[in-house]
Amino acid sequence: MEFSDYTAHALIEMLDRRDISAVELTKSVFDRIAEVEPDVHAYVTLTEELALAEAAAVDKRRAAGEALGPLAGLPVAVKDNMATKGVLTTCSSRILNNFIPVYNGTAVQKLYDAGIVMTGKTNLDEFAMGSSTETSYFGPTHNPWNIDTVPGGSSGGSAAAVAAGEAVMAVGSDTGGSIRQPASLCGVVGLKPTYGLVSRYGLFAFASSLDQIGPITKDVTDTALLLNVIAGHDERDSTSVPTDIPDYTKALTGDIKGLRVGVVKELMGEGIDVDIKAAVEASVRLLGGLGAEISEVSLPHSEYALSAYYLIAPAEASSNLARYDGVRFGHRTQDEVADMVEMYMKTRAEGFGDEVKRRIMLGTYALSAGYYDAYYGQAQKVRTLIARDFAAAFNQVDIIVSPTSPSVAFKMGAKVADPLQMYLSDVCTIPVNLAGLPGISVPCGLSGGLPIGLQMIGRAFDESTLLRTAHAFELAFGWHEKPNL
Amino acid sequence: MTVISKKDVEHVALLARLALTDEEKETFTGQLAQILEHAGKIQALDTTAVPPTSHVASLTNVLRPDEIRPCLTSEEALSNAPKQEDGGFAVPKIV
Repeated sequence: MEFSDYTAHALIEMLDRRDISAVELTKSVFDRIAEVEPDVHAYVTLTEELALAEAAAVDKRRAAGEALGPLAGLPVAVKDNMATKGVLTTCSSRILNNFIPVYNGTAVQKLYDAGIVMTGKTNLDEFAMGSSTETSYFGPTHNPWNIDTVPGGSSGGSAAAVAAGEAVMAVGSDTGGSIRQPASLCGVVGLKPTYGLVSRYGLFAFASSLDQIGPITKDVTDTALLLNVIAGHDERDSTSVPTDIPDYTKALTGDIKGLRVGVVKELMGEGIDVDIKAAVEASVRLLGGLGAEISEVSLPHSEYALSAYYLIAPAEASSNLARYDGVRFGHRTQDEVADMVEMYMKTRAEGFGDEVKRRIMLGTYALSAGYYDAYYGQAQKVRTLIARDFAAAFNQVDIIVSPTSPSVAFKMGAKVADPLQMYLSDVCTIPVNLAGLPGISVPCGLSGGLPIGLQMIGRAFDESTLLRTAHAFELAFGWHEKPNL
Repeated sequence: MTVISKKDVEHVALLARLALTDEEKETFTGQLAQILEHAGKIQALDTTAVPPTSHVASLTNVLRPDEIRPCLTSEEALSNAPKQEDGGFAVPKIV
């Protein structure tokens, strides 16, 4: 077993005992990267030199007996839509292919303060718009379980890096499933925290009312460790909520006796692969065996969630992406232009890929005069209905479960020409973003050699109960499968 | 349900400041029509008594004291500029 195969919590103990140094660990991860990255392509940018310097600094501080952060010396990958000072940050887009931030995003700064060694910036669907990491300007990421299949998206690079041992942990962002769905497809754990728990400062906005940063890790304990570091109020993000942050690892008791668990009726029927349905049903029985009380819950408006999302998210994106205009940063057309408008139009035509253009067009249309009420306005009302569905369900149960993804990893290219089919990949995860709730995906089986994910959803700001349930499940299920790269 | 035309696509592309090729206009006309048809499902719901949700954060009017704080230097702010001149962002003529 290579060092890069260990969990973060195991490595923290090994580093503490000085069984291994941060430099040795970092080298081991970069050896692994050299070995598998040509097949996986999880990263846009690798920061090996910087990482080894950070690791050496951690070792030096440890040797001097200085206080160290909770993640000191751990190699962590960061999705390439979070600002990293002095390190290229592209959003996997041509329009930012030369952009070097002059500041760190809050989550990134907190990770640095906790002592991480940043391995690099991971690949994503361009501007996080996609479910397969195929829309990256820098080429697709491949699923470590089968490199002919997609890793999911949009945080496909982060999920693939963790699954392949190219990072010990990673951070991603989730607007409609972009942490949980790739975690599911890559057989790792991914948490989308409650909207407002983690600062979005320095996260390049896609849909501001839905975006949230979260951990992608090998197990639930690692997710709790990482969440401890990145959670918390930040005055630089006016939507981050002042709330007490507990030590999430304390919640991992393994005891869920008496916990009420509800299975979503509407997400266990049509459109869900039979193997996935069977794995989720078996998982629910396992939770029952641990003493949880199982019932069925209904989210009657969930069939409208996808439609509402694909109006709200593109509408917000069309506004957020207006800033990429070739004036202050990023790509600018080199063509001769007559005026500013022509410069904007050519710059954006050259800088954005098809999916980003499609969503900007869709969002602009949904917000344009004459269509606003019918599309965007109606979608916001449906959002209210979906939030009410969850509120009603949480009157009956403490945790809601469903599949994370309706299918396992699909073949590369299979859905590229059909945007609507691609959008259906997020049918189980999108309602959670619309309601702003925390959701986690944990591995719960294999189908045809590819991982299946179980989604658990908790009450707003009750990550503790969510993580406790996910951890108890993980212990009982005993997931030890690894991709054979 | 509104059927989106190539003319609509051209109008929206101008609003969005996107220069589209003829081929892109054709493709987007078809794809946007298909997506909007699916998204249009929500119009079947009666929402007359339902208030809209623009965000789920339980926050209103987040304020801070109006104090001068450290911010980017002009050099930092210009460090990614495609073109700069005299300490500012240089752009093509506007009028």
